[in-house]
Amino acid sequence: MGNFPTTVKHCLSYEELIQDYPWLARWLQEEKEMVPTRVKIQLIDMLSETGLPVIEATSFVSSKWVPQMADHTEVLQAIHRSSHVRYPVLTPNMHGFQDAVAAGATEVAVFGSASETFSRKNINCSIDESILRFEEVICTAKQRQIPVRGYVSCALGCPYEGPIEFTKVAEVVKRLYELGCYEVSLGDTIGVGTPGSMAKMLHNVMKEVPSSALAVHCHDTYGQALANILTALQMGICTVDSSVAGLGGCPYAQGASGNVSTEDVLYMLHGMGIKTGVDLSKVIEAGDFICKALNRKTNSKVAQASGDYSVHCRMKKINT
Amino acid sequence: ALPERVKIVEVGPRDGLQNEKTLVPTEVKIHLIDMLSEAGLPVIEATSFVSPKWVPQMADQVEVMKGINRRPGVSYPVLTPNLKGFQAAVKAGAAEVAIFGAASELFSKKNINCSVDESLQRFEEVTKAAKEAGVVVYISLRCLVGQVSPDKVAQVAKRLYSMGCYEISLGDTIGVGTPGGMTEMLEAVSREVPVDALAVHCHDTYGQALANILIALQMGISVVDSSVAGLGGCPYAQGASGNVATEDVVYMLHGLGIQTGVDLPKLMDAGAFICSSLNRKTSSKVAQAACKL
Repeated sequence: MGNFPTTVKHCLSYEELIQDYPWLARWLQEEKEMVPTRVKIQLIDMLSETGLPVIEATSFVSSKWVPQMADHTEVLQAIHRSSHVRYPVLTPNMHGFQDAVAAGATEVAVFGSASETFSRKNINCSIDESILRFEEVICTAKQRQIPVRGYVSCALGCPYEGPIEFTKVAEVVKRLYELGCYEVSLGDTIGVGTPGSMAKMLHNVMKEVPSSALAVHCHDTYGQALANILTALQMGICTVDSSVAGLGGCPYAQGASGNVSTEDVLYMLHGMGIKTGVDLSKVIEAGDFICKALNRKTNSKVAQASGDYSVHCRMKKINT
Repeated sequence: ALPERVKIVEVGPRDGLQNEKTLVPTEVKIHLIDMLSEAGLPVIEATSFVSPKWVPQMADQVEVMKGINRRPGVSYPVLTPNLKGFQAAVKAGAAEVAIFGAASELFSKKNINCSVDESLQRFEEVTKAAKEAGVVVYISLRCLVGQVSPDKVAQVAKRLYSMGCYEISLGDTIGVGTPGGMTEMLEAVSREVPVDALAVHCHDTYGQALANILIALQMGISVVDSSVAGLGGCPYAQGASGNVATEDVVYMLHGLGIQTGVDLPKLMDAGAFICSSLNRKTSSKVAQAACKL
């Protein structure tokens, strides 16, 4: 089966639940339902009780672009912060960073791309320009001893450019790492990756950055996420991003799925004897809560299956 | 090292449709099988010779066998639970049959109404008759990966293999298996049965199917069962998914550089056709994504 890590750290990408990219603000503005602040706070508080070590709480992008995140300060200040959990927030630039620090953020994340076209369309600047922006944030964060996590989107393919050169992915990841990101999460933004492309991409990236500083952020748009995560684990990666109930569709394919669900990832990891420190049944409860609040069906297959009681009991047996 | 080529056993027209509530007209089944043949699938489970009293969906078994356009080089196995079903299948022109077994006593009793040993005796009858008739037999062995002891599965698989079936498909019947349990089970079974006589039949009830299939490939398995559009829900968990979707499996295999002989767009057409006939949404994520992008 390969040399699996015995422990996998889980980074819950809550932010993805609501919205990914600024240019989607227009789409979201047409969405009738904004998630009420108290619902977000309650969700994060429930997730804090599950054992998840990292919960991405909110995003300090301009509320003009992402109205869903307009309550970022309120959320960050109202959540009950567990001492065992870290709560990074997204900060696209210095302005966002300063607001985040003023609101009490103790960890931030910056978001780059391996695709020029995606970078331009998404954050309105080239990859190089975006890295200059992040450099400012990272430097200031270092001075304040605030850790910074990096994300690189389109690591396995771009909705505009198609396949991306893995050497390019490696180059962007290396730059973020050398600037001072303690970890860089590799995003399969449109979920087109397979174990084949995942292995090749990681092989390239790991020539430049140690596996201990890498994470994978797989989308399940083509159903490949768990197989891709398995491949990453086999190559020594031990940090995985996912989203409770798999909420957060694919912004590029209306109706298609997006995020991989935390429940399904945990089920796999526990079944392989890998420790995560997370209580799966509590994550399922949190997923249940947010799905009811959003009036949506869960995207987690584990959650769907455990709706049947007898199957749920069997599942519980496996996961203790 | 991964296999260069994987044989996909398409179970949609039988396993898939049998577990769908909506009764499908014969001409729709025939058209589906013909579309799947055109898509390049090398093995297509066509129908089942069980009593229509138990499985009304398969009542048109003879008509389907006679109506399909059999593509040269493609196998069309049919399910035969016992000698009677076997005889009817041969009469209707079947050249390959599949029989079902269970590695768990409880499952065997509940599902085929006899103990594991009794079921093995039945199979012996069928495989004997098949040898005499020059008909090939493959066996679908249902085991609950991670729930039934790997050694028990291995013992049953060994007995079945020694009876003369050319392939044993190991089924994760309620989809509870993970790469951990899958590895243990395959390690135990491949000690008793050569790996080229093994296939995997993974259910996606807990979303684990593709990861489990990947592990199986890494362990040398090169035959994978799947169902177009992921037809066939889980009979044990209402509303949960069951069979893994062929489209999603093919997408992964092609992404790994593994040959399957399958034309994915044509396969997706077959999936779209049957979903529209059943008036249901596809369970294939590839199909969901591709029709929107």
